[in-house]
Amino acid sequence: MTDAALQQIRAPRSGLFSVAALQKAVAFVVLIVMMAFFSFANPNFAEWSNLVNIMQATAVNGVLGVAATFVIVSGGIDLSVGTLMTFCAVVAGIVLTDWHMPMAVGVVAALVSGAICGAISGTIIARLKLPPFIATLGMMLVLKGLALIVSDVHPIYFNDTPNFSLISPDSSITLLFPGIEIPNGVFILAFVAIVASIVLNKSILGRYVFALGSNEEAARLSGVNVDFWKIVTYSLGGFICGIAGLLIASRLNSAQPALGQGYELDAIAAVVIGGTSLSGGRGAILGTIIGAFIMSVLNNGLRIMSVQEEWQIVVSGVIIIGAVYIDNLLRRKS
Amino acid sequence: MTKSIWVSALAMAAAMSVSAAFADEAYFPVIAKGFDHQFWQAVKAGAMEAAKADGVKITFEGPQTEAQIDKQIDMLNAAIAKKPQGLGFAALDSKAEVPMLKKAHDQGIPIVAFDSGVESDLPLTTCTTDNVKAAGAAADKMGEALGGQGEIGMLVHDQTSATGIGRRDGFKNEIAAKFPKIKIVDLQYGNDDLKAAEAGKAMLQAHPNIKGIFASNEGTANGLVIALKEKKAKIVAIGYDSGKKQKEAIMDGTLLGSITQNPVGIGKCVVDSLAKAIKGEKLDKVIDTGFYWYDKSNISDPKVAAVLYD
Repeated sequence: MTDAALQQIRAPRSGLFSVAALQKAVAFVVLIVMMAFFSFANPNFAEWSNLVNIMQATAVNGVLGVAATFVIVSGGIDLSVGTLMTFCAVVAGIVLTDWHMPMAVGVVAALVSGAICGAISGTIIARLKLPPFIATLGMMLVLKGLALIVSDVHPIYFNDTPNFSLISPDSSITLLFPGIEIPNGVFILAFVAIVASIVLNKSILGRYVFALGSNEEAARLSGVNVDFWKIVTYSLGGFICGIAGLLIASRLNSAQPALGQGYELDAIAAVVIGGTSLSGGRGAILGTIIGAFIMSVLNNGLRIMSVQEEWQIVVSGVIIIGAVYIDNLLRRKS
Repeated sequence: MTKSIWVSALAMAAAMSVSAAFADEAYFPVIAKGFDHQFWQAVKAGAMEAAKADGVKITFEGPQTEAQIDKQIDMLNAAIAKKPQGLGFAALDSKAEVPMLKKAHDQGIPIVAFDSGVESDLPLTTCTTDNVKAAGAAADKMGEALGGQGEIGMLVHDQTSATGIGRRDGFKNEIAAKFPKIKIVDLQYGNDDLKAAEAGKAMLQAHPNIKGIFASNEGTANGLVIALKEKKAKIVAIGYDSGKKQKEAIMDGTLLGSITQNPVGIGKCVVDSLAKAIKGEKLDKVIDTGFYWYDKSNISDPKVAAVLYD
């Protein structure tokens, strides 16, 4: 298929003045207003060390959000990102702690198992024609169960792999710039976001992801191998979940097999707050990252104000509804 | 087609009746409040051990979170339908599940409650830790370590379960009663390691003068340890339950110490009590399985080490 044909079936992508760019700007303004509010409410909020806390708290959800963004822009949904993350962490634990393999092997094993599980979800959706919601709901449960089975329902610790903490909590930048203690996990989030943004906006894969999400039938008629690219999209999402698995395992110095369910909803919330349309064809990685930061700032700020957890949950829900309402409003106007 | 279904159904029925006929050992389903938490795995280990010693067969199951009362009711109904010789049960809700227990009781199935009690006299006995007393012991240690004054915070695992409420209030009340100069300035909830770590960091950030934090279970204690390490904070930190990370944190001084229940003992108590019940022995209404304070000094004491788990 030619580029020109592809251009025709694709929805207009984010330009400087497009709706997507406008909404990203809205999300960014919301983020700044929230930070200003919390700084005013409690002076401890705006300390540099707390800003680092917030960045570190965003790492896992941000990376999961990036994984979910690809799938959602392609017109699908992935409910399995949370438990897949945990499954990948458990795989790393088995390989490193039970099999005593070198760290690189454990990292590769986690990433590859993420990609394979993603490919399985993609295949179920593309070949067996199951709705993505159902297919990934099933995978969510399968992976949750498998993580418990493979780990024998015990957390797996990484004490035998001392360098494992390099992935997330350690701060290598301190070696270059003493005094700046930003954990490596934050840089991994930034790296994942930049690479993902390039892939989504500049690569063939990215073009097909947008094409699938805006009009799958048109893409098929133009000769795109729709099934193949769907499987690739879910595999990429799974691979990125593997990165999230390594981040959380490194931060907790353990693979916690019982954790994970519920994290998919936080990831999807970050994607939606960031302006990516749940109906596909429209979205951006930067928006998702801003969305993930909004959620972390909210959690951190409300905790610092010692707001009761019950109310923290209510406020998070209101923010999600508000963000999507603004999204709809802007889209109708354009 | 229909015929083959009938044949397989008959075959299954035959197989089931054969296995029932040969099952001369007593069968006790044990339904816990959870399954994948290390605490429940230790209860399971104790129950399995006792089952072997008493020559009975048990199954051990529990819902995935401590909020899934509906799932636990399903498990309870399925267990009663198997017509067991006895039933071990840790209620997620001390009132909601009484009608199901009534059904078991009417069928003559002896019931032993464990962990948290049931508001009914149907269970023959309850094998449990006194959470209020145990958390009170943690408060005493906190008060002593702080010399009776300063700001402290609490990290609690949930707002609704009997253990969450019991430990929270047990700690709070003991501090209020014994240490009037200690002020609890913050209380946050976090139900897994990561969420507890973020809550702990926010607490340290919000209250720079905080001198001590109490964490109410394994997950919150692990999260507290991460928070203290990442913030490089040195305060009096006290945990609850055990687990490999918590034990390491006690050894390296991040945690002053922890309260441990006796999960293996709880599991044993359930199965032993049921075995006694079917022999017609009398049981006390409540069996306190006890708790221990453990710190660097006694962590390898055989009596304590036996109830700790990794």
